[in-house]
Amino acid sequence: MQSSPNSSPQKLIIRTIAAWLVALILFFPLLFLAFTAFKTEGQAIAVPSLWVFTPTLENFVEVQERSNYMHFAWNSIVTSVVSTILGLLIAAPAAYSMAFSPTKRTKDILMWMLSTKMMPAVGALVPIYVMAQWAHLLDTKFILIIVFTMSNLPIMVWMLYTHFKDIPHEILEASRMDGATLWDEFRHVLLPLGMGGLASTGLLCLVLAWNEAFWALNLGSANAGTLATLVASYSSPEGLFWAKLSAASLMAIAPIIVFGWFSQKQLVQGMTFGAVK
Amino acid sequence: MAEHTRAGSRWLPRILMTPAVATLFLWMIVPLVMTIYFSVIRYNLMQPDQTGFVGLMNYEFFMTDSDFWPAIWNTLVLLGSVVLITVFFGFAIALLINDPFPGQGFVRILLISPFFVMPTVNALLWKHMMMNPVYGVLAQIWTFFGLQPINWLTDYPLLSIIIMVSWQWLPFACLIFMTALQSMDREQLEAAGMDGATYWQKLWYLYLPHMARSISVVIMIEVIFLLSIFAEIYTTTSGGPGNASTNLAFLIFKQAQLSFDVGVASAGALLAVVLANIVAVFLIRMIGKNLD
Repeated sequence: MQSSPNSSPQKLIIRTIAAWLVALILFFPLLFLAFTAFKTEGQAIAVPSLWVFTPTLENFVEVQERSNYMHFAWNSIVTSVVSTILGLLIAAPAAYSMAFSPTKRTKDILMWMLSTKMMPAVGALVPIYVMAQWAHLLDTKFILIIVFTMSNLPIMVWMLYTHFKDIPHEILEASRMDGATLWDEFRHVLLPLGMGGLASTGLLCLVLAWNEAFWALNLGSANAGTLATLVASYSSPEGLFWAKLSAASLMAIAPIIVFGWFSQKQLVQGMTFGAVK
Repeated sequence: MAEHTRAGSRWLPRILMTPAVATLFLWMIVPLVMTIYFSVIRYNLMQPDQTGFVGLMNYEFFMTDSDFWPAIWNTLVLLGSVVLITVFFGFAIALLINDPFPGQGFVRILLISPFFVMPTVNALLWKHMMMNPVYGVLAQIWTFFGLQPINWLTDYPLLSIIIMVSWQWLPFACLIFMTALQSMDREQLEAAGMDGATYWQKLWYLYLPHMARSISVVIMIEVIFLLSIFAEIYTTTSGGPGNASTNLAFLIFKQAQLSFDVGVASAGALLAVVLANIVAVFLIRMIGKNLD
């Protein structure tokens, strides 16, 4: 690279070692979890911890037998994907009009939306629970989808707004001059230019919905339980079933972590909320 | 035609805003009104025969609970510590891995991973495998150095929660800062270097101003999510021992789910809304101008 003082050989070596050390320390708990998932229960609590052992798949088999993994995984997939799509459909038009036809109140509306997100979910728990019970929606995927959509909506509007604001107005105006209808404008200008923003917003909300635990624990249990509730059901036995707990945890987080690894570049762009110009 | 377009451009934005504004308004106002109603009546699921208007009694009950002020304090300590830790270390790590080095891409992947871990897994992983006083990794490290292992969740419950939550949010802060650093003006940095600026001077006069907006974004997002930390407390300490790790969200939960007192829980929920608003006002005062 360029000849900045940072690239002298000794400094590069020190920097490399330090960076790897920090990364490995932060990643270590996950590595440990992954290893434990392939141990027997006896090996799992061995002191000092074992790093060389014959891996076993019995924990995964037992988790699957005890609590039909696919059922929970399917619930997680459906609730997170549907709530993300629904959220994008509601948030995108709002973000579009805030970005391209701002009024004096646009900022206030945006701040108000964000403030609804600051209210602790537990504050809305009782009313939402009562309403869900009244509508016979407790423990259905439907209610989880609604709740996930609504709790992610403020973040979605904000993210999309910052993205849309970066699209040059001139392009839209030019297309309008050429007599483009709103549909043309949407299809040929907004969608291609806003695709990055839509994708990164969708990705982040997918992750947030997948990991949502509060509403999933309180509104869904047997029928609509997501992977977050599956894992919580392994919390009661006091430390004696580390291997099974690890297997269940690994099965719950692996899909979203792998998904995150592959989409990290896109995801990061979205998460900066326009902080990087 | 012109007439039509002008009318369209006036109404269309509002029509497009309506679904988001209306659903969010309903999502906010309906629970709020119901909560206000519940908070002034006697409503205990265990005593369904006792009903009626009680005025502000539920509020009084909630606020004079000996756990109330500790819960407010714990909420703010948890929030403040995690924000400070993640912003400080996130910035430091972002600076460390900003310039290319062997394995940069892989290090990035390792660093980002904890952010994708769901709170329940995060909590169980730390509670059992890291912080268990006998078998846990930290206990082994302490023993290795000849120290007495710490019983984290019993002796330092709030600190334990802070560690877990920070571990989850550090990657988030780090990633945003990393992305922001990449847009730093290289030439400006080099010019400053030629003029003999020290590393700290560059950090203070060039890096920090450039990062102001991303720091604000990180604080904003973290405050939104950290004010109502729940799953980590629920799955590890259950707010204890005593009230040592009970935050406001968990205290309300205790009233609703464990004491079955919907009235008192609703009063607590409204107080949480007030607290959230106070924090929001401070926040917008402090960093709002950076969010334009």
